[in-house]
Amino acid sequence: MQNVVFPNKILPYLLVAPQIVLTLVFFFWPASQALYQSAMREDPFGLRSTFVGFANFSAIFSDPNYLHSLQVTVVFSILTAALAMGTALLLATAADLVVRGRSFYRTFMIIPYAVAPAVAGMLWLFMFNPAMGTFAYLLRRNGVMWDPLLDGNQAMILVVGAAAWKQISYNFLFFVAGLQAIPKSLLEAAAIDGARGSRRFWTIVFPLLAPTTFFLLVVNTVYAFFDTFGIIHAVTGGGPARATETLVYKVYNDGFVNLNLGSSAAQSVVLMVIVIALTAFQFRFVEKKVHYG
Amino acid sequence: MSTKMIAASAAVASLSMLWASSALAATELQWWHAMTGANNEVVDALAKEFNEKQSEYKIVPVFKGTYPEALNAGIAAFRAKQPPAIIQVFDVGTGVMMGAEGAIVPVAEVLEKGGYTFDKSKYLSGIVAYYSKPDGTMLSFPYNSSSPILYYNKDVFEKAGLDVNNPPKTWPEVWDAARKIKTSGAAPCGYTSTWLTWIQTENFAAWNNVSYATNENGLGATDVELKFNAPLFVEHFQSIADLAKEGAFRYGGRTSEAKQLFLSGECGILTESSGGLGDIVKSGLNYGIGQLPYHEGEGRPQNTTPGGASLWVFGGKSDEEYKGIAEFFNFLSQTEIQSRLHQVSGYLPVTMEAYKATKESGFYEKNPGRETPIQQMLNKEPTENSKGVRLINLPQVRDIMNEEFEAMLAGQQDAKAALDKAVERGNSAIQQALGN
Repeated sequence: MQNVVFPNKILPYLLVAPQIVLTLVFFFWPASQALYQSAMREDPFGLRSTFVGFANFSAIFSDPNYLHSLQVTVVFSILTAALAMGTALLLATAADLVVRGRSFYRTFMIIPYAVAPAVAGMLWLFMFNPAMGTFAYLLRRNGVMWDPLLDGNQAMILVVGAAAWKQISYNFLFFVAGLQAIPKSLLEAAAIDGARGSRRFWTIVFPLLAPTTFFLLVVNTVYAFFDTFGIIHAVTGGGPARATETLVYKVYNDGFVNLNLGSSAAQSVVLMVIVIALTAFQFRFVEKKVHYG
Repeated sequence: MSTKMIAASAAVASLSMLWASSALAATELQWWHAMTGANNEVVDALAKEFNEKQSEYKIVPVFKGTYPEALNAGIAAFRAKQPPAIIQVFDVGTGVMMGAEGAIVPVAEVLEKGGYTFDKSKYLSGIVAYYSKPDGTMLSFPYNSSSPILYYNKDVFEKAGLDVNNPPKTWPEVWDAARKIKTSGAAPCGYTSTWLTWIQTENFAAWNNVSYATNENGLGATDVELKFNAPLFVEHFQSIADLAKEGAFRYGGRTSEAKQLFLSGECGILTESSGGLGDIVKSGLNYGIGQLPYHEGEGRPQNTTPGGASLWVFGGKSDEEYKGIAEFFNFLSQTEIQSRLHQVSGYLPVTMEAYKATKESGFYEKNPGRETPIQQMLNKEPTENSKGVRLINLPQVRDIMNEEFEAMLAGQQDAKAALDKAVERGNSAIQQALGN
C-alpha cells in the first residue's frame, strides 16, 4: 500500500476537529459528569451534596430490583436481537429472490426505520392496548386473555415486538447488501453440484454473510440496550410490576421520576461499563470466528 | 470542558438576556406550566390579559410537558442557575418542592415584596392547609385543583336493572352494582378506576377518615411512616382484587387510561378526577355523576383532598421580578378571574368568593355534577387524616404502590401482601430520600 502524505500539517487536524468536539461535548463531558455524580449523594435541587464514595454502587448491587432489571434487560435484548435479525434475514433472502418490483419491495421494507422509537411505541400501543386496541379486541374475541397491563410476559412480548419491528428494516438493508456481495458463481457452482436451496444457504450464503451478521449483532445489542427507551416508555412505562423495566429505563425512572440522582448516575456508569465490555468482548472473541472473505 | 468555560458561556448567555430584556423595557417573567388542550388556552389567555393590563411586566407562559416533566425541567433549570420565575407543580410534587428550602421563596413573602398580603381566609381551607408549612407560612399559590368523583353509564345501569337515578353511595354498593352489571351482561365489566393511588389510597384515607401516614400524612413533618396497610385498606383492595378475578373490575393503567374503558362502554362505573368531565361530556355518553363512594362508619364521609397543582416561585430573582410576580398573583386571585378559571377549565375554584359567584350565576344548575367535587372537598372541617398527603418522594411511593397493585391484580399476591410490601418498600424509600 502506498503511503499518502498530506503536505498541510494543520488541515487534517481541522478536518477531524468537529468530530472530536462532538465526542468531547456529547460523550466525554456527560460521561465524566455521570462518574462524578455516581460518587455523590444529593437532593434533587443540588443544594446539599455529600461525597459517598462507592456507596451508590454497593446500594444498587444489593438492590433486588436492580438485579431483576438486569435479568429483564438480558431477556429483552436477546429476544429483540434474535427476532429482529432472524426476521430481517428471512425477508432479505426472500427479497433477493424477487425479480420484478425488487426496488419497490426494498423501499417499502425500509420505511419502519424512519419511525421514531416513541412513535413506534405509540403505534403498537394503539394496536394492542387492551382498552382500545384493534388487535387486542381480536385476540380477546378468539379466547386469548390479552392484558399486557397486568400480565408481565405479554407486556414483554409487546415491547419486544415493537422494538424488533423497528429494527428489522435496518437489518434488512444490511442483509440485502450482504447478499448482493455474494458471488453468484459460487451459488451457481453449488447448484450444479446438486445442492438444494437450504443447503446452499447454510453452507455458502450464511458463512459469507458472517461479517454482516456479526456487525448487526453488535448494533442490535446496543440498540436493545439503549435505543429502546422510547418504546418502553410509550408502551409499558416499565410495568406491570417492573416486568419490562430495563436498565436504561431504570436509570431514567430513578433519576428523573424518583429524583435519586446518585443512584441513577451509578446505574448509568454500570451501563456504560457493560456496553464497553460487551462490545470489546464481541470484537475480541466473536470476530476471530468471523470469516471476512 | 472546564467549569470556567461553562461559567463564561453562562455569563455570556445571561448578559445577552439582560440586553434583550432591557431593550423590551418590560421585565419578562417566565411561567412554566403543564396544562394541555383547553387548559393551556386558559393559561395563555390569562397571561395575555395581564400583559395588556399593564406594561411594566410581561408574563411569558411556556408549556413544559406533563406534570412530572415540568417539575424535572424546573429542577434542571435551577441546577443550571436559569430557573423560571414561576413554575406550576402538581400536588404530588409539593413535598419535593418543600424539601428544597433555599430553592424557592414562599408565596407569602413574594406578595409582601409587592405590597400585598396573602389573605388565607379568602381561600378554601383545605387548599390553604395543603400548600402551607406546618408553621402556617403559605408556600405556593393555589392555581388548579380537582377531586375524584363517580361517573356511571345510565344505559348500562338500566340494562342491568339498577336504579338509574341513584348511583351507589358506598363501596360495598359499588361492588354489588359491578357484579350485577357483569352477570346481567349489561356490559363486559362493571367497575374501573383511574389513578388507584390518588383515588383509592390518598383520597380514600381522607374520605373515610383513616390515617395514610404518621405526622398528619406528612403535613406535620417530613419523617413519616406509611400506614396504608391498615385493615380498612386491606379489606378494600381485597374486594377490588376479588372483583378483578371475576372480571367485574378491569384495570386500565396507572394514570387516567381507565377513562377509555368507561368511554367505550366496556365498564359501567368509573371513579375519576372531576377534571376528566370534559372528555366524558364530549363522548356523548348517557352518564350520571355521584359522590366518591365510602365505607360506612362513624362520621363518614369526611372530605376529599385537594388534587391539582399550585404555582411556585424560585429563589435568586431580583426584587423587581418578585414585584412583578406579586402583581401577577394578585391579578390571578381576583374573583372574576377565579370564577372564569373554574368554569372554563373544569378545575375547582380556589377562593370562596369565586365559588359563591359561580353559584349565584346559576352555573351549577345548568351544569349538574360540577358542584359535587367542591361539596366533597368542603364536606367537613378537615381532620389530621384528610388534609392531603405530602411526602418528600410521593411520586416514587406511588410507583411502588402501582407495582404492588399490578402484581396483586394479576393474581400473584393478595391485598394484604401487596399493601404490606408497598408500605415496607415505601418506608425505606422515604428514609433514603431523607438522607437517613
